[in-house]
Amino acid sequence: MTMLEIQDLHASVEGNEILRGVSLSVRAGEVHAIMGPNGSGKSTLAQVLAGHPAYQVTKGTVRYEGKDLLDMDPEERAREGLFLAFQYPVAIRGITNSYFLRSAVNAIRKHQGLPELDPLDFLQVLEDKLKAIGWDDSLMNRAVNEGFSGGEKKRNEILQLAVLEPRLAVLDETDSGLDIDALKTVAEAVNKLRSPERSFVVVTHYQRLLNYIVPDRVHVLTQGRIVKSGGKELALELEARGYDWVKPEAAVA
Amino acid sequence: MTSIEAQVLQPYKYGFVTDIESETVPPGLNEDVIRLISSKKGEPEWMLEWRLKAYRHWTQMTEPTWANVKYGPIDYQAISYYAAPKQRPKVESLDQVDPKLLETFEKLGIPIAEQKRLAGVAVDAVFDSVSVATTFRAELAKHGVIFCPISEAIREHPDLVREYLGTVVPTNDNFFAALNSAVFTDGSFAYIPKGVRCPLELSTYFRINASSTGQFERTLIIAEEGSYVSYLEGCSAPTRDENQLHAAVVELVALDHAQIKYSTIQNWYPGDEEGKGGIFNFVTKRGACRGKNSKISWTQVETGSAITWKYPGCILQGDGSIGEFYSVAVTNHRQQADTGTKMIHIGKNTKSTIVSKGISAGHGQNTYRGLVKIMKGATGARNYSQCDSMLIGDQCGAHTFPYIDVRNSTAIMEHEASTSKIGEDQIFYCKQRGLSAEDAVSMIVNGFCKEVFKELPMEFAVEAQNLLGISLEGSVG
Repeated sequence: MTMLEIQDLHASVEGNEILRGVSLSVRAGEVHAIMGPNGSGKSTLAQVLAGHPAYQVTKGTVRYEGKDLLDMDPEERAREGLFLAFQYPVAIRGITNSYFLRSAVNAIRKHQGLPELDPLDFLQVLEDKLKAIGWDDSLMNRAVNEGFSGGEKKRNEILQLAVLEPRLAVLDETDSGLDIDALKTVAEAVNKLRSPERSFVVVTHYQRLLNYIVPDRVHVLTQGRIVKSGGKELALELEARGYDWVKPEAAVA
Repeated sequence: MTSIEAQVLQPYKYGFVTDIESETVPPGLNEDVIRLISSKKGEPEWMLEWRLKAYRHWTQMTEPTWANVKYGPIDYQAISYYAAPKQRPKVESLDQVDPKLLETFEKLGIPIAEQKRLAGVAVDAVFDSVSVATTFRAELAKHGVIFCPISEAIREHPDLVREYLGTVVPTNDNFFAALNSAVFTDGSFAYIPKGVRCPLELSTYFRINASSTGQFERTLIIAEEGSYVSYLEGCSAPTRDENQLHAAVVELVALDHAQIKYSTIQNWYPGDEEGKGGIFNFVTKRGACRGKNSKISWTQVETGSAITWKYPGCILQGDGSIGEFYSVAVTNHRQQADTGTKMIHIGKNTKSTIVSKGISAGHGQNTYRGLVKIMKGATGARNYSQCDSMLIGDQCGAHTFPYIDVRNSTAIMEHEASTSKIGEDQIFYCKQRGLSAEDAVSMIVNGFCKEVFKELPMEFAVEAQNLLGISLEGSVG
């Protein structure tokens, strides 16, 4: 089954075109890596999929589980099972992670016509989810991302992913700012969350992450277009040769 | 207007008018009007003299202009200083109160009829210039607690009133306090005897209904040695194009080891989007911690009024006494607030805590103004102040004026301040987790105010939630 089908997607921010015709097809259960140099549009693609209001889609279509994704509000996308692990997660003062996550879980459950979880039920769910990825609850009673280290913020995003159980998870530079131990911890958790029903789009600048989260497909995004796609070996080749050898056709000509 | 602003700028829900025949004194202020008010209240001669003295002071005073607020001149001769619903001269029980009045308070969420009363809260309901009902009086009397309209206290408990009235806020304290002293019409009086922990929350709900009137209430709370009381105050007014003046005075006295917790939910009509109409809320509130180890806490949630001018303070006279001020002030549309506190440390080892949260939206202007004064004899005094501002949209303003005056070198002072903005990125983050914009704003504002909301009694926490249109879940308890 096709999870995500992007066709000729163009998107701009403040009048500058960043995505210039991206096409991508992700099947259920697959992990796709989007790599590319700085400024190539990787993060923009992640934000556009999640529906950030600063980006305008000017052309193209995106179908998610057969539905028109671009027609949905950001919260509707989230409730329908699309999750974005942010590159820069924001802090919410005075609200505990636990309360925030329960609100999110209940917003999704309500959308699914399920009864909301009270704090006790939620604690049980949380405990099970944490156990599944082998983490403790040390982040849960702190305010959302408030005073978190870079590593804690990234870990917190993956924790939310584990609890919210999306069908499509977009990880935006989840590896940036992580030391090797933290990177392993995060990657191991992501691997435990892989399933035949869940797809991942992993946006990263470095091949390093892909040693741990092994992708099914690797795509190179340059100047707003996917200029090369391949298997996991492509990531290694990029690591060895850099991005210069994969130029967009327009730039080559 | 952004989606965030739309969430905060909700229409005023308490703007209805009760159609009731009322007795109103013609506009204007002079000694005869004061004599008339005093005689309507059946006051003793000393009270009239006290009022007249205040009035004579007032005529010599000028309106303060130092606050960071702008408004046109107030014509004090165009205001009516007394308005009361017509009803039987003396109401023996609640059954005899005009049903329209009961209905009004019920609509405001303050049921006072016998069978519908809030459990655990005794309510004094003040409608324009008079108290129309006070619940649970017999229950309180069993514990020796006096809770009644101040007009009644002046007649029934003159010695207590004379001993304390005007001792915390003198009649000539400031322009608005002097005006209040001259013309105050009703308000609440509470007396907690020695060693008694007041078994109920005491509460007064103030409702302005009549047009072209001012409301001048006066509240006096006395906590004897070792006693405790929690007092809640709420208020609202109809939607009108004119500005109405509300100039109240509240005095608190805490003796040795006594504690007073005073909470306010202020929701006077704020005016419309263009700034037309609304209440001028010019209020003097002060507590005296006279006894050793006494404690007074002010908690206020200020969401209403076109203009707020208010600095609930504590005079920390007794050694080891504690003063606290927790405040959330919201200014929407064209609202202006200049509010804060005064902590005057006189006794040794006195402590004060100030936590102020200002939220500005629309074209609102929010000013924190606070004074912490450590007197020469206040050895070992400590103060902690925290002033946080949140901006919603880019047309509003937040201002902070902390004044510090330290005359004893042993004092320890801490001050923290921050300004933040609810950003589209915060909202987007919440939306990406499935929350609606509405829930996202609630959550962010709620989190910002958490330190203050947790100081509110449960009964009022719910009221605060309704007022800000925000969910308090997760911040209470």
